[in-house]
Amino acid sequence: MATIYIDDKEYEVEEGKNLLEVCLSLGLDLEYFCWHPAMDSVGACRQCGVINYKDENDTEGKLVMACMQKVTDGMRVSIEAPWAKEFRAGIIEALMINHPHDCPVCDEGGECHLQDMTIMTGHNYRRFDFNKLTLRDQYLGPFIDHEMNRCIQCYRCVRFYNDYADGVDLSVRHIASSVYFGRTQDGTLENEFSGNLVEVCPTGVFTDKTLAKHYTRKWDLTSVPSICHGCSLGCNILVSERYGSIRRILDRYNEDVNGYFLCDRGRFGYEYTNSDYRVLYPFKKTGGKQEQIDKAEALEEIKKTINSSKHTIGIGSPRASLESNYMLQRLVGKENFYAGISEKEGKLVERVKTILRDGKIKTPSMGEAEHYDTVFIIGEDLTNTAPRLALSLRQASKVAPNKKAGAKDIPDWDNVHVRKVVQRERGPFYVATTHQTKLNGIATDNIYAAPDDIARLSYAVAHEINNNLPVVEGLSKQLQKSAKAIARSLQEAEKPLIVSGTSLYSESVIDAAASLAYAMYGKNEKTGLIYTVPEVNSMGLAMLTDNYLNEACQESPELLITLENDLFRQVDCEKVTKLFENSNKSVVLESLHNATTREHDYVLPAGSFAESTGTVVSNEGRAQRFYQTFKPDNEMQSSWAWIAEIEEKGENYHFDDVVADLIEAYPDLKLVKETAPDADYRKGTQKIPRQSHRFSGRTAINTEKEVSEKKPPEDPDSPMSYTMEGFHGRTPSALTARNWAPRWNSVQAINKQQIEVGGALHDGNPGKRLLNANGSLENINSEHIPEAFKPQERKSLALPMHYIYGSEELSAKSPAVAERIPESCFILNPEDATDKDIAEGDQVEIDFNDNKIRLKVEFNETLAKGIIGVPKGFEETAGCEFPFWTEINSKT
Amino acid sequence: MERPLTEHIKSDGTWLTLKEYEKTGGYQGLKKALEMTPEEVLQEVKDSNLRGRGGGGFPTGLKWSFVPTGEDNTETKYIICNADEMEPGTFKDRLLLETNPHQVIEGMIISAYTVQANISFIFLRWAYHRAAKALEKALQEAYDAGYLGKNIMKKGLDLEMQLHSSVGRYICGEETALLNALEGERAVPRSKPPFPQVSGLFGKPTIVNNVETFANIPHIIHKGAQWFNDLSSSEKGGGTKLYGASGRVKNPGIWELPLGVTLREILEEHANGMMEGLEFRGCLPGGGSTDFMTKEHLDVKMDFEGPEEIGSRLGTGTIIVLDDKTCPVGLVLSLEKFFAQESCGWCTPCREGLPWVEKILRALEDGRGIEKHLEILSFQTRFMAPGNTYCALAPGAMEPLQSALKYFKEDFEAHIHNKKCSYKN
Repeated sequence: MATIYIDDKEYEVEEGKNLLEVCLSLGLDLEYFCWHPAMDSVGACRQCGVINYKDENDTEGKLVMACMQKVTDGMRVSIEAPWAKEFRAGIIEALMINHPHDCPVCDEGGECHLQDMTIMTGHNYRRFDFNKLTLRDQYLGPFIDHEMNRCIQCYRCVRFYNDYADGVDLSVRHIASSVYFGRTQDGTLENEFSGNLVEVCPTGVFTDKTLAKHYTRKWDLTSVPSICHGCSLGCNILVSERYGSIRRILDRYNEDVNGYFLCDRGRFGYEYTNSDYRVLYPFKKTGGKQEQIDKAEALEEIKKTINSSKHTIGIGSPRASLESNYMLQRLVGKENFYAGISEKEGKLVERVKTILRDGKIKTPSMGEAEHYDTVFIIGEDLTNTAPRLALSLRQASKVAPNKKAGAKDIPDWDNVHVRKVVQRERGPFYVATTHQTKLNGIATDNIYAAPDDIARLSYAVAHEINNNLPVVEGLSKQLQKSAKAIARSLQEAEKPLIVSGTSLYSESVIDAAASLAYAMYGKNEKTGLIYTVPEVNSMGLAMLTDNYLNEACQESPELLITLENDLFRQVDCEKVTKLFENSNKSVVLESLHNATTREHDYVLPAGSFAESTGTVVSNEGRAQRFYQTFKPDNEMQSSWAWIAEIEEKGENYHFDDVVADLIEAYPDLKLVKETAPDADYRKGTQKIPRQSHRFSGRTAINTEKEVSEKKPPEDPDSPMSYTMEGFHGRTPSALTARNWAPRWNSVQAINKQQIEVGGALHDGNPGKRLLNANGSLENINSEHIPEAFKPQERKSLALPMHYIYGSEELSAKSPAVAERIPESCFILNPEDATDKDIAEGDQVEIDFNDNKIRLKVEFNETLAKGIIGVPKGFEETAGCEFPFWTEINSKT
Repeated sequence: MERPLTEHIKSDGTWLTLKEYEKTGGYQGLKKALEMTPEEVLQEVKDSNLRGRGGGGFPTGLKWSFVPTGEDNTETKYIICNADEMEPGTFKDRLLLETNPHQVIEGMIISAYTVQANISFIFLRWAYHRAAKALEKALQEAYDAGYLGKNIMKKGLDLEMQLHSSVGRYICGEETALLNALEGERAVPRSKPPFPQVSGLFGKPTIVNNVETFANIPHIIHKGAQWFNDLSSSEKGGGTKLYGASGRVKNPGIWELPLGVTLREILEEHANGMMEGLEFRGCLPGGGSTDFMTKEHLDVKMDFEGPEEIGSRLGTGTIIVLDDKTCPVGLVLSLEKFFAQESCGWCTPCREGLPWVEKILRALEDGRGIEKHLEILSFQTRFMAPGNTYCALAPGAMEPLQSALKYFKEDFEAHIHNKKCSYKN
């Protein structure tokens, strides 16, 4: 610790940090632009100038940049000294020379860091009396708008995009006063994390194009803390609404999960909530046609059907909340409730759950994963299956090289010199996948192999680490060499991390990863193990049942109730069709009309993540709460609320009651209650408002219809109000609905919510871990080392190819994301194709059971031979249960 | 008077070949150095009081001593010759490179031996085509003769040396921007500390010295630190110095003189005074980014301390002379235009401040100036003071401006009151 004096006040702070970070952590206001807690200091903008005094007798001092100043014991500085203040105002004046001052029409308006900093420095009158510079803007694709004239050249965009996210198509060009941040030419920003530019940019150069399509002023948004439903990672988001439509997603800082950044699927994949295909009212099928019916009527008929049904089955969903799944399970009975996923997928998730719950290995959070120094990815194309984790692992790949800078006494926050010492060095970082993935670019060694061979490699690494483990017979020389190198790196690591997942649909891969982690654990208890699973609540669903859709399809129920699930995407369409044929009556709760809703007798409008409240469990077993953003003026509501109405639970049965019942039925889930405060929580006597205190025009909204103010809706399910009334100070972290603090209106206000900038939130990082590796699982059965993969002459092994844009059902229905979906095609190794006389671009046909799938062929030289890559989750390939063997028919 | 750096320059304009250089005592310094220990060489350089000739005047031996050496240190180390001479009014390195390239190369080899570096680069200004030719030829000769490459002079030293022609940016002369440029990155300076001696090229220990600095090294080793000290007429700093003069003097040129001669001696004895009908009004003593000196400073000793004591700097020692028929505002404008154009665009005060200064000076010259502009100019000189920006470009750019505002204030005011530049017809 160090004692320092800031404006003659004494503070105890951590020695060695930079002064800006320390000032902000102390809650002091000091202006800055180029510094970012996740990207550290470069000292470019010169905004954080303070006076540094040699000792108490020094009255003059010297201007220094706080972000580049290492805190030392006895340090004396002044933020308030006249020259420091004049200098900082001067920086703003300089930055504003060419700024267009278009605040009234700027998309950043209302949450502009530049605006905040300008006000904070006190600069107001413009002395520059010459012409401004004008720059041309670029088209950057469907996600981001570009307005270069607003740029203040803080270099954050390129530092994030290139240095942090390893993007290649954004760069800084030209010199002097015409420095330009853009692409070499107009075109889509390719990096999967480009959306973060919207938040990284301190002003309105990079703004959210999806928001611009239905722009509203930021202070007129109604917002809630929520959880991204785009994959299994459970990134924390802020969802904002106005006039019944969702307007945008922002990152919601959670040190343990997503930190400051989201992937583009998560940020821009919300637009489906505003789709014309939304189910807004109950529908009933009469004479083969679905027609809207009255809610009371629908409920009455459904209740009657349930009461008369002797055999009702319920099919749950990995994208519905724990509460909704639980309520359906309770309604139909445990034995009649099935997870609406294939048995194959279900067993994989079940296995992962068991390893996470009963295993010995710590599963780090995504935030923690960034601090592991050696990584081995087993079988996952993370950029496409769990994108945000890929970004975390990119940071992990810098951990070991960064230590070199430490050896030269370069502080870890000195990004200029850390980067110089490290240069482009990464790793140790190993990736074993079926084909080249984006993360291969930073890997020490890449192994492309079939799933069984990937598993064998992992077992071989385990054997290298612990010779008592079985030898992998007949391993190729190449794989033996890789295994030895990986084993060596893992053993040399301070904190090794093994990452795998379910996306290859291979138990062998999952077990092999666990076996390896166990072997490593014997050497180093700091070993970490992360698995990714398919959907936002796959893990939660696995905690409720191990019955799966394949069994359900064998049933002939009198009543079938389906929860938020397009069953045709889950298993072979034939089976699903048969289930509908064999079901006497059917009810579905769903948010979007789809193939499955069309088959049901009744369709009830379920809220999407944006109109529901619930809990989901992420891949790491973290239960997290999301909230209904607004009260729709139609019949949409949380699925569990529909079921409560069907159950006639009455008006006083609310979300907390569902949770209470859930944890009574499932004591293992008792922490679900603690993921967020109960609905009766109050800050003092106040609720937490969904609207900002600057919300304008509440009484003017409906004035063309009526002048009286309507009574705002009540929310009995959360401690949040739907209005601007309530407590606007520091709220519990699970209830934080916006980034705001006095004087700080931009996303940078998050500094004020953290104990130390860049660290934990004041109230703790939200979410509760349900699975904590209790260690009861002594051994992973490593007897089942698979045989080496043998390509077959006539058939190929069909494996899923995952796409960040396209493979996830709901985000794919968002217009901006839809623009980024690639054409669906089969992937083949060109050598395989030549053997079969197939040229790139040819249309070929494969069959899955009795379904014929016809797509264009694309070549990929890295794909393991004997395999055909089939796009996962695309319309053409819905219902494929991977893996399966298929002939490739190239004849027309 | 000894002129070790220039006395062997050939009158026919061609550069000294290796043979010719050896005849003048060339590579004797290296030979001697290789018989000494690196520590002894370092001590000799320290004792010589050689101070960096690029403009900073930092003691060369001290700079070298910051490089981590010793057996535990296995890091690659680099020696870089900063030959990116782009300071306005400066042309001294060019002379050395075009006339006697081996002298610089030998200095670099000795320095590599001292800090145990194995790779070296000469970072050359793009426009110095003749120097490039001379260096290419000289490097080939040095390799062929075994002064470069493996096991130099059979004494176990390995050194590779490459010529790198820059693409022509003033900022590349800033040593850390030079390093970035050499790495293939944007030529943007780095913060200090750490200094290049600890984390330089590719993050490895690196020595960057000016051409003239390296050129002195062989002589120091060959003839000794005491001899070198005796060359100088300054208390603080040994050796000779290349002084130049440009502007409307009778005999513009460049001369090797003892460090610490007076400004008057350079201008009156070597530049032969002002051209007919003109009077000396002031000068920038060491390139475009130094403060003006005026008539009252003519007897200042041109060593590292002399100009500093009266608020200027020795800089590169190449003097730009201002006469009484040339507009000082126009002169400063022309400099600021250059500096604004050459800002790397990395830090705010420089990127935004310099173009503003340029625009104001242009307005003054065009008769559009107002009183407020002078206040802004004065603010900008404080705003871009040393330490406020990332590197010395902007503070350097402020030196002629702030001193012009001090010494030639009436000219600035006249531009405003007369709404024109009275020096123009």
